[in-house]
Amino acid sequence: MTRQSVMERLEILADAAKYDASCASSGTARRNSKGGKGIGSTEGMGICHAYAPDGRCISLLKILLTNHCVFDCHYCINRKSSNTRRARFTPQEVVDLTLAFYRRNYIEGLFLSSGIVKSSSHTMEQLIEVARILRAEHDFRGYIHLKTIPEADPELVARAGLYADRVSINVELPTVAGLTRLAPDKSAGQIEGAMGTVKAAIVEAKDARTKFKSAPKFAPAGQSTQMIVGADAASDADIVGRASTLYDRFALRRVYYSAFSPIPDASAVLPLKRPPLIREHRLYQSDWLMRFYGYAPGEVQQVTDAGGMLPLDIDPKLAWALKFRERFPVDVNRAPREALLRVPGLGVRAVNAILAARRQRRLRLDDIARLTVSLAKVRPFLVAEDWRPVLLTDKADLRTLVAPRKAEQLELFVA
Amino acid sequence: MTPFRDMRLPHAYQVTLGAPDDFEGWRDQARRLVQCDVPPDRVVWDAPGSAATDLFAQGDRRLPVPAAGAAQPRASRQFLQLAQSVTLHSDPERFSLLYRLLWRLQAQPRLMEDAADADVGQADRLARQVRRDIHKMRAFLRFRVVEEDSGAERYVAWFEPEHHILRANAGFFVRRFTTMRWSILTPQGTLHWDGESLQEGPPAERADAPSGDPTEDLWRRYYASIFNPARLKIGAMLKEMPRKYWKNMPEAALIPELVATAQAREATMVDSGRSMFEDAERPANLEQIANMIEACRRCPIGCNGTHAVAGEGPSRAPLMIVGEQPGDVEEQQGRPFVGPAGRLLRSHLEDAGLDLGAAWLTNAVKHFKFVPRGKRRLHQSPTAKEIDTCRWWVDSERLLVRPRLILALGASAARGLLGRTVSVQKERSRPHALEDGAELWITTHPSYLLRLQDDARAGEEARFAQDLRTVAGRLAELTS
Repeated sequence: MTRQSVMERLEILADAAKYDASCASSGTARRNSKGGKGIGSTEGMGICHAYAPDGRCISLLKILLTNHCVFDCHYCINRKSSNTRRARFTPQEVVDLTLAFYRRNYIEGLFLSSGIVKSSSHTMEQLIEVARILRAEHDFRGYIHLKTIPEADPELVARAGLYADRVSINVELPTVAGLTRLAPDKSAGQIEGAMGTVKAAIVEAKDARTKFKSAPKFAPAGQSTQMIVGADAASDADIVGRASTLYDRFALRRVYYSAFSPIPDASAVLPLKRPPLIREHRLYQSDWLMRFYGYAPGEVQQVTDAGGMLPLDIDPKLAWALKFRERFPVDVNRAPREALLRVPGLGVRAVNAILAARRQRRLRLDDIARLTVSLAKVRPFLVAEDWRPVLLTDKADLRTLVAPRKAEQLELFVA
Repeated sequence: MTPFRDMRLPHAYQVTLGAPDDFEGWRDQARRLVQCDVPPDRVVWDAPGSAATDLFAQGDRRLPVPAAGAAQPRASRQFLQLAQSVTLHSDPERFSLLYRLLWRLQAQPRLMEDAADADVGQADRLARQVRRDIHKMRAFLRFRVVEEDSGAERYVAWFEPEHHILRANAGFFVRRFTTMRWSILTPQGTLHWDGESLQEGPPAERADAPSGDPTEDLWRRYYASIFNPARLKIGAMLKEMPRKYWKNMPEAALIPELVATAQAREATMVDSGRSMFEDAERPANLEQIANMIEACRRCPIGCNGTHAVAGEGPSRAPLMIVGEQPGDVEEQQGRPFVGPAGRLLRSHLEDAGLDLGAAWLTNAVKHFKFVPRGKRRLHQSPTAKEIDTCRWWVDSERLLVRPRLILALGASAARGLLGRTVSVQKERSRPHALEDGAELWITTHPSYLLRLQDDARAGEEARFAQDLRTVAGRLAELTS
C-alpha cells in the first residue's frame, strides 16, 4: 500500500475523532507566551475559532493519533471489526500540525485521543509523548486536552495531567448493561476507577499548591466525560441520574451528551435511526438546571413521562413550571433568588440584574421586558408592580400559550 | 440627537475627540463639562470618522472653564469600566449616552446597578456588542505566512472589525504570539509586532494582505472532516459565525457544499448500517441453507467465485462443531473438515469418544477466503465484519438443528457464535451459556496445532484432546 499523505491521514483521523462532542478550551490556568521561547496563551474563556455546519464549535485540533484499535465497541467507527480506512500519525507529525494551525490562529490547541494499539499503556505513552514534545521542546502554552485510556497504567494517567489542561475519560454509555452489550472490551469499574485516579490527582495537586507555589499543576481545567445518548435503552431519567452521580463522585467539570450518530459501516447491534438531536439539547438543558439553577436531579426527573423521557416540544424548565403551577407566579420585587431562577425565560444574568435593580426601585413589567428576550414567555409566571397574571397562570391551555409555536422547526434541516 | 434639535440650542458645545476610541479624551472633557454644570442636551460629541463632523459647525468649540475648586464628578469603577468598552462602539451616539449616564450618576450614585434603566441597558448592550466583536476578532482572524526580504517569516492577517477595537485587542495577540513576527491589517489601521515592540500604521486594504497560504488546504480538509453530516444545524452555526465573517475565513468557502451534500451522506451512512439480511426470510430447512449460501454475495468472500460449503450431519444433532471457514480441499470437495486440519480433528474426536456421525459440522464463514500464490491458494483469515455478516447463516443452522452443545474451534468460530472477539486461551475449557439455552465450549482450531512444532505441538495437542474429552463427558450429561 502506498504511504498516505499527511492530508489523507488528517482527513481519516479527524473524521474518526468527530464523534467526541467535547471541544471546550475554557477554564484553565491563565498563561501567555511572554518571556517564553514558544507561542500560546490561555485566558480563561475559551475561543471557538470556527463553527461547522453541525453547529459545533471548532476550538481545538481534534484528532486521533491512530484509528487502529484492538477494541470492538459497537457504537464506534474505529472498532476492530469496522471496514473504515485506517491511518496513524507519529507524535512529531501531530506536533507539527498543531503548531502550524496555532500560528495561523485556527485553533486554541490540541485535543488528542487514540484507538488502542498494542496495549492501553503503550497507546497512552504515545499520547503523552505528543504533549511532552509540545510543552517541553516547543514551550507551547496553548490548550491541551488528552483523552485518557482507562485501562492504562494509573502512573501514566498521572503523567498526562502534568502536561494537559484537561483530561477526560468517556463513560460511553449511561448504564452498565449498555456498556457491557455495546462495548464488550470495556469495564465500567475500570472507567470509574480511572476517573477516581484523576480526581485524586487533581485534588492532591491543588492541595500541594496551597503549600508550595512551585508544585506542578495537574489538569487545571479539570476532567470531563461523555455519554452516548440513544444507542441503548437508557431513559432521560436514567441519564440525568447518572450524570448527577458522576458530577458528585468525580467532581467533573462537564458531562457531554452525544446523540448517537449513524456512522459509516455501523454494527448491526445499533439502532438504525438516530435519536432526535433535540433530545441531546434537552439533556444539556437539564444539566444546566442542575448545575446553575439549583434544581435537584429528582426535580428534573419529575418532568419526565412514564417512560422516563423529557418532553421534546418544551424545555425542562418550562415543563417543571407548568407541572408545579402552585409555585407561581413569583413576585419580581420580593421573591428570593432561588424562586426567580425557576421562572421560565429568566436566565442567571436576568435574575442577577433583577436583584440589583430592585434595590433601587420597584420593578414594572416594562423593566422586565428590557431584561429578557421574551416577555410573553415570562409574563404568566411573575408578578410586577403593575402586573398580576390572575387568569393566565390557572389557564388550562397555558402550555399552548407559552410553548414554542412549532417545535418541529428545530429539526427542519435534519429530516 | 437630531440636527433640528441642536439648532434650537444655540448654546450647545461641540467637543471633538482625537480618535474614535479616545476614552481618555472623552473622560477629561466630560469631567470638565460636569464641573461646569453643562446638561447632556447641550453637548455634541464628535470623533474622527463620524459623519457628524461640520454638520454642527454652529456649536461652540470653546469649552467652559470650571471654577477653581469645583467638586470632582463622581463615577463608580463599574461605570468607568463599562464606558471604556462603550467608547469602542461604532454607534455615533455612544459619547452622548455616556455623558448622559455620567450626568445622571451625580444625582443617582447607584444608577449603574439598575440594569432595567433604559440608558444603563443601552450602555450594557453596546458594551456587549463590543466585547463580542473583540472576541470574534480573536476567533476568526486568520494569519497567512509570508517571507520577508530578510528571509524571516511574517504572519499577516486581514480583518474587518465592526467597532473600533483594533488597539484594545492588540494585547491579546502580543501575549499569544509573542515570539512570532506578525501584522494585522484592517480598514481602521494596522498593527505590526516584531517580537519586541508594537507599531501602529495607517489603514490598509484587503489587497495589501497576502492572498493565500498552503497550510489552508490542510485546514480546509480538517474543517470538512470534523463536520458530522448527520447532525446539520445551520442555525446554530450562523448564530455564532454570521455570514459577514465568512469572506475572510478560508474554510467558509466549503460551507455551501457541506450543507448541500449532508443529507445524502447521512442517508448513505444509515443505509450501510442496515443489516444485509434485513428483508431475508429464515430458511425453512437445511437444504435451503445449502442452496442459499451458494448464491450469497453479501460479503467480499461470497463474491470471490468460490463454492460455498454447507454444514453436514444429522438434522437434529445434539452436538454442533463450528470451524472457521472451508479450506482449499473443502472448497473443492464441497464438504467441511476434509482437509489436513479436518483429518486431525476427526482422529481426535474418535479418541475422545465423540461420535462424528452424531455431530453437525459447519463453519463460521461459508466461503473460502484466500490469496493466490502461484498455483496454490493460501488461506486468509476472515475479518470480524465478514464473520459477523455470515453469522446469520450459522444462526439459521442453529435454529434448525437446535444442538444442546456447540464446540467452537478457534477465535473466528467463537466470534461467529458470541458476536465479539474473545481470547481462545482465556475462554477455553469451560462452558458459556448461549441465549437459546445451548452450551458453548471453545477450544483451539486444529490448523493451529498443525502449525506448531515438536514439544509445543505435543503440549497443545494434549490440551486439545483434553478439551474434547471434557466436551464428550458434558455432552453425555446433557443428553442422558
